[in-house]
Amino acid sequence: MDFNQPADQNLFDRATVVGKPHARIDGLLKVTGTAPYAYERHDVIAGQLYGYPVGSAIAKGRIVAIDTEAARGAPGVRSVVTTLDIEPLGIWDYNVARLFGGDVVEHYQQAIAVVVAETFEQARAAAALIETTYERDDIDVDLEAGWQRLQGTGEPSTQVGDVDAAFESAAVTLDEMYHTPSQSHAMMEPHASIVDWADGGQMTVWTSNQMIEWNRQSLATTFGIEPDRIRVESPYIGGGFGGKLWLRADAVLAAIGSRAVGAPVKLALPRPFMINNTTHRSATIQRIRLAAGADGKLTAIDHEAASHTLPGGRGENATAQTPYFYAAPNRRVIHHLVEMHLPEASDMRAPGEASGLMALEIAMDEMAEKLEMDPVEFRVLNDTQVNPSDPSIPFSERHFVECLREGAERFGWADRNPTPGGRREGMWLIGHGMAGAYRGHLNLKSGARATLSNGRVVIETDMTDIGTGSYTILAQTAAETMGLPLGRVEVRLGNSAWPVSSGSGGQFGAASSTAGVYAACVALRQQIAERLGVEDPEFRDGNVIAGDDVTPLAAISEELSAEDSINFGGFQTEEYLMATFGAHFVEVGVHVATGETRVRRMLAVCDSGRILNPITARSQVIGGMVMGTGAALSEELAVDLEHGFFVNHDLAGYEVAVHADIPRQEVVFLDTVDGVATPLKAKGVGELGLCGVAAAIANAAYNATGIRVRDYPITLDRMIDRLPPV
Amino acid sequence: MSPPIRFEMRRRTFLVGTASAVVAANIPWRASAQPTSLAGPDRSTFTLVVNGETRELAVDNRTTLLDALREHLELTGTKKGCDHGQCGACTVHVNGERINSCLSLAVMHQGDEVTTIEGLGTPQQLDPMQQAFFDHDGFQCGYCTPGQICSAKAVLQEIRDNVPSHVTKDLTARIEATDEEIRERMSGNICRCGAYANILEAIHQAAGEQA
Repeated sequence: MDFNQPADQNLFDRATVVGKPHARIDGLLKVTGTAPYAYERHDVIAGQLYGYPVGSAIAKGRIVAIDTEAARGAPGVRSVVTTLDIEPLGIWDYNVARLFGGDVVEHYQQAIAVVVAETFEQARAAAALIETTYERDDIDVDLEAGWQRLQGTGEPSTQVGDVDAAFESAAVTLDEMYHTPSQSHAMMEPHASIVDWADGGQMTVWTSNQMIEWNRQSLATTFGIEPDRIRVESPYIGGGFGGKLWLRADAVLAAIGSRAVGAPVKLALPRPFMINNTTHRSATIQRIRLAAGADGKLTAIDHEAASHTLPGGRGENATAQTPYFYAAPNRRVIHHLVEMHLPEASDMRAPGEASGLMALEIAMDEMAEKLEMDPVEFRVLNDTQVNPSDPSIPFSERHFVECLREGAERFGWADRNPTPGGRREGMWLIGHGMAGAYRGHLNLKSGARATLSNGRVVIETDMTDIGTGSYTILAQTAAETMGLPLGRVEVRLGNSAWPVSSGSGGQFGAASSTAGVYAACVALRQQIAERLGVEDPEFRDGNVIAGDDVTPLAAISEELSAEDSINFGGFQTEEYLMATFGAHFVEVGVHVATGETRVRRMLAVCDSGRILNPITARSQVIGGMVMGTGAALSEELAVDLEHGFFVNHDLAGYEVAVHADIPRQEVVFLDTVDGVATPLKAKGVGELGLCGVAAAIANAAYNATGIRVRDYPITLDRMIDRLPPV
Repeated sequence: MSPPIRFEMRRRTFLVGTASAVVAANIPWRASAQPTSLAGPDRSTFTLVVNGETRELAVDNRTTLLDALREHLELTGTKKGCDHGQCGACTVHVNGERINSCLSLAVMHQGDEVTTIEGLGTPQQLDPMQQAFFDHDGFQCGYCTPGQICSAKAVLQEIRDNVPSHVTKDLTARIEATDEEIRERMSGNICRCGAYANILEAIHQAAGEQA
């Protein structure tokens, strides 16, 4: 199905299943521990052996020798394969560091060996016996120094008008520096795979991965084999957040181990190995300059940012939202990549906007204060309905102002004390803050197969559910399109044997894959019509209705199957700018003696097109708000500048938000649809929920204390010497 | 309960390991070594009563209770999130109390009664706490969920038993299942998807049904 123009009125505008609150159809499996995750597939193949990884103890250099004698002789060990034993493996499009092979070390805990043994305990013990000799290169992993080198250089990615002139003539200007730290996905399920490549022919991979087809293509490139010799299964994924977009060392080492021993091998990355072996969100340094007239209208935005990356990588582009979010006739945007040999910086939930808005939305708060304007009104005044960097392009739908107004109303924004440090309850300074949210929307081609069998419809696609609710919204889409109750739809996901979907990532999964399932169901409806010899029938209440001719779907005895994809046309990006919008409102208390910041109340208002299932969509957003709370107050990968690695590489040292950190949360979805986006008029929401949250907390902490912290996370030490007398 | 660990044996093992590490640390850029042989027998045979069923196990002494459940008994509902007692995904009940099963060696549990998520209920017959998590969408990816549910059941029992927590203000009064008490007691169970607010609602529902 080609989607070449905005959707008109269609069945989703009178939907009875899509858009309604349905509990997750995979929920019963998850609450009973019976949903099988990658490392748990005892059922799929007999004789699984255990793999255990060894990582480099240096950040950059060369491996001179690896002594495996003791490991090979250890009890239960079946094989040890080191990176010196094999030629450098191939590197797929979006991977940066080599996953295995050769003597070059690019980052700390890059995989350098795998041990295969009969038990987990034996493999782990033997791995500790491996001794490696390195030639260590000097490294420079100082982002601040990189910023100093690059600031003011390079070609802007966006340059509109005359920024310098606008600043010279502005009534009010702001020029501040902001820092966001490196962050880790820290999903609860470690990267894990079982690989059967025993005979060197077909490779079967049971893994935990967001993108099945990318995974299959990466495996093909990495091992130099044909993709059609590889099958990948990932029906349940214990969280990803971008960290499982890529092929990682778990599957590669399990495959090598399997080939070496001629048996299936299972391997999970140990938690303390994950943070330095896999990917993370890069730290950013951001300089933001804003200029405005006395009327509060922005006249110029100048955003210059830097992030780190391995040579050839993408870093974290914190300027992602800046060309589009606010109106201003003059604009300059530039992102510097500082190449260094920290572990691989890559995508994490809302890559770009998540850290960009952490800075930009503090800057907006500061500018509102300078202008003596309400922060909500300041944002309303600087709204735009067109791409401000190219005003000939309108937003497909943009209801940012409604988000701000609705949020302010529900939160009781007007009742807050606007004077910083002006409200105290006992030992707590109370503050309120808000921030805008912006996240671009993107679609990817997505396919599915729909099969009618005994009055039931089975959907098969390589789409994944990483906790987002894919199983449920795809079932709802099929039920709506086929005129069936939800209970008569079965959804099978995460298998490369099935049609290629968008996969899960970049907030594109829900919108793209539901459109793909819709396309497959429309193709199935066509087949059913042909089989029944009727023209353009209606599918309603389990029946095929053509005039007076009513045939129950359950009465069609033969199995009918159709496959199709949704192909998104160029009009979406050539004629429109698609994005999602939101507003976050937060109340915090800051302890007057310790500087501890506690979030007391959170509200998000979202504008992201049709909400396919308000239960799972709300869960996505509250989850984003939790991650944003961690980003604001505790999450920071600490860099060892001498040795080039992240020191706090486990869940004790890398502090994500826990139960005690999270108050009751309110989420409001505006009743908006976006016909430009998909036939279901839906856009993504899973990343929007994170965007702007941390800045809203930072702004609330400022309102509470009068202390402006521009470096995340807002820990006690950044407050304590500036707090008022106890 | 389990017999106490013999400290002497552990101390000896520790010293051997430390000595090797010190030697290795003097060699620039070489990974540290560990002792190649273990003192004493390396396997043990013992029984656990898992979800009411007596199960005989013969495993490597280094096997955690978590791995005994997941790898040997193939009860994979209990999850390995960190293997270091930092995330709570491996929470099970041992003799009625919640523990991190990754921090406990299986051989320490001879005769102990272990309850896992599989012992609480099935998709066809949910425990009220499982039902409450389902009703309130108290999960997303589902990986921390069995640990959250096992913890949540124990939390309510601890409150009923008047076991105080860090946030209990009056040690002489009856402890109530307040938001603050529940959040504090659940804070050893990380949910990176961020379902905390829904989990809180679920626990309140289950607490209400028990009251």
